[in-house]
Amino acid sequence: MNVLVYLVPMALGLGLAGLFAFLWALRSGQYSDVDGAALRVLSDDDLESENR
Amino acid sequence: MQEALDLSHYAKRASDGTLGMDLAVEGVACGACINRIEGAVKKLPGVTDARLNFTNRRLHVAWADGALRPAQIISTLEKIGYRGHPFVPLRAEEEEAAEARRLTRYLAVAGFAAMNIMLLSVSVWSGNVTDITPETRDFFHWASALIALPAAAYAGQPFFKSAWRALKARTTNMDVPITIGVTLALAMSLVETANHAESAYFDSAIMLLFFLLIGRTLDHAMRRKTRAVAGNLAALKADTAHRFTGGELVSVPVAALHAGDRVLVKPGERVPADGIVMGGSSEIDESVITGETARRAVAAGAQVYAGSLNFNGSLTLKVSAAGSGTLIDEIERLLEKAASAKSRAMRLADRASRIYAPVVHATAALTAVGWLLAGASLHDALVTAIAVLIITCPCALALAIPAVQVVASGALFRAGVILNSGDAIERLAEADTVVFDKTGTLTLPEPRVVNADAIDPDLLQMAARLALSSRHPLAVALSREATSAVPFEGAVEEPGRGVRAMIGGAEARLGSPAFCGLDNVAPVPNASFIVFTHAGRVAQLAIAQALRPDAAEVVNALKALGLNLCVLSGDRCAVVSPVAAALGITLWQGELKPAEKITFIDSLKAQGRRVLMVGDGLNDAPALAEAHVSLSPISAADLTQAQADAVFLGDRLKPVLDAVVIARRARRLMKENLWFAAIYNAVAVPVAIMGMITPLIAALAMSGSSISVTLNALRARLTGARP
Repeated sequence: MNVLVYLVPMALGLGLAGLFAFLWALRSGQYSDVDGAALRVLSDDDLESENR
Repeated sequence: MQEALDLSHYAKRASDGTLGMDLAVEGVACGACINRIEGAVKKLPGVTDARLNFTNRRLHVAWADGALRPAQIISTLEKIGYRGHPFVPLRAEEEEAAEARRLTRYLAVAGFAAMNIMLLSVSVWSGNVTDITPETRDFFHWASALIALPAAAYAGQPFFKSAWRALKARTTNMDVPITIGVTLALAMSLVETANHAESAYFDSAIMLLFFLLIGRTLDHAMRRKTRAVAGNLAALKADTAHRFTGGELVSVPVAALHAGDRVLVKPGERVPADGIVMGGSSEIDESVITGETARRAVAAGAQVYAGSLNFNGSLTLKVSAAGSGTLIDEIERLLEKAASAKSRAMRLADRASRIYAPVVHATAALTAVGWLLAGASLHDALVTAIAVLIITCPCALALAIPAVQVVASGALFRAGVILNSGDAIERLAEADTVVFDKTGTLTLPEPRVVNADAIDPDLLQMAARLALSSRHPLAVALSREATSAVPFEGAVEEPGRGVRAMIGGAEARLGSPAFCGLDNVAPVPNASFIVFTHAGRVAQLAIAQALRPDAAEVVNALKALGLNLCVLSGDRCAVVSPVAAALGITLWQGELKPAEKITFIDSLKAQGRRVLMVGDGLNDAPALAEAHVSLSPISAADLTQAQADAVFLGDRLKPVLDAVVIARRARRLMKENLWFAAIYNAVAVPVAIMGMITPLIAALAMSGSSISVTLNALRARLTGARP
């Protein structure tokens, strides 16, 4: 069972990475306009600007 | 000459030197609007950023100082078919946004911790019935402790702080038993882990925090959503005033007016601020202020109040300090009295926690004493007592009310009722008497043509289209009947007399009888009237306050719910009486002063009635504060809206009925949930006292009870608000 000694901390580390990713997304305002984000993804404006 | 619009009041300087402005945008309907609006605004010279928040329909624009006038943004939006209303975000709203981010962070941490600890706990539980070695179990317990202790210290802050505040004020609330339970569970688990025990309760403590935080975060999010809509509506309502600036007339937002400013009020406009008339004379309609529908003549030296409608002449005002003037002073004085006399209704949750906490803590203490007397060791007695505390930790109890609150305020929101105060739902449900104001509450806030049925439809349409060319309040009222929004070409307004235009080769005139070449026209009682003539045909249009379209239905439905109804109005008895009769309300009084409305409500309270006051006028504000619970339409005076527990939208009275129906159902569900939590405890506590609780049972009981309470709360939205 010695494998647990590094597997459990690794699992925890992965969980922490997820937690910090969420906190970062929250801080950068990605949850401030949830409805808008769903619609913005459909817009093709970014493609147009690439052609220019 | 085009009058300049000065919006500098709304522009705020950001840290990078650019100016920024927030606008509430009307007309945003679909995803394509995002690109159209942002694209158009970004093309303006000097604009550095434009971002539309689709969730709350708000646009933030930033631009380099001096590069453009803020008014250009509004005119650009108008060109592509949207209306932008600038506003200054309220402090309260910003604080709530910060609080929401904090709560979400707590929730994320608690969620992470709960999941990882559960992962370890499940391994221990299954290992305990199979072949886990004590070393592995200890390792898992220490790992759990490592996650649980910092997570609880961080995510438990809202509960610990609130409990500490309550204890310092020598009271108790639901957060006190939560804090005691969590702290003891963690402390005991730590000691047990150090002693290589078989079970620890880290998972229970963290799961409790996680569930409670979900409830709190949702409650907060719902409140923020309604607050944002209310903020947008306030921005939509904000008017501009014509201010004299160095001899020139400049349009400024009303919020930018200061005491001492001189402003011009044109005919057909609302008075932007309280003030003294300096020049000009006119008649003003003060129904929003006093409920009186008859117009008052004003001339130099007269005091006028914000919200009054100017009828026929231009007035020059000197703005007086906010909240001054004889009427306002009296209202403020009455408001203070009402606020100090108001005994805060005790909320269901607080009542429940006041019974709950002592009972549970006494039970835990008795358990410890009982086991000691029965010969158990001190360690075993304490562990059992703490298990009692953990199993009774008020998860279901603490979720019972917020869960219903969230669902019910969502249902109210969809019915067009926006809550101002958190406990309004409970108080709404208790109301047994409804007191209505008349003007603007039972009747529509704006006057309408009351004899439309008696006039030829084509003649009425012609008159209404012609009325579109005039700003006179009677013409504006008439123009609401128009099905087409296109005015007649070549319409000429003769100020103070009427409008004329050539229609189909014949001259049409709309205005006073004299203007239309008629004399001896019989006046209509209790209504203003204007005359329309076209090619020999004549229509006499009576314009007056009309009842809200569904007033009679709603009144009957409220009666059917067993509520007593009455009407208290500041208007003349001769006008109130027919309205009360039409609605079948026998108890009514007219010509009441604000203080008399309070006296009446006090006398109802003395009879033990719980009064729901519905009113809109400035004169209703003290009565709204005095009543048990209060509602006001969105058209109400600002001061009045601030006093109301909830505001309802639209031309219909139905939201009042919906509010009562939804609130009653919500209160029933709250009580059901409290009973459920009590029954759950009655079953679980004896098991805990006998010392038969394991961490697995504690976890199952806690999540089971929380989920069933939440599911029960969802029933608040199941059935629509039908009377």
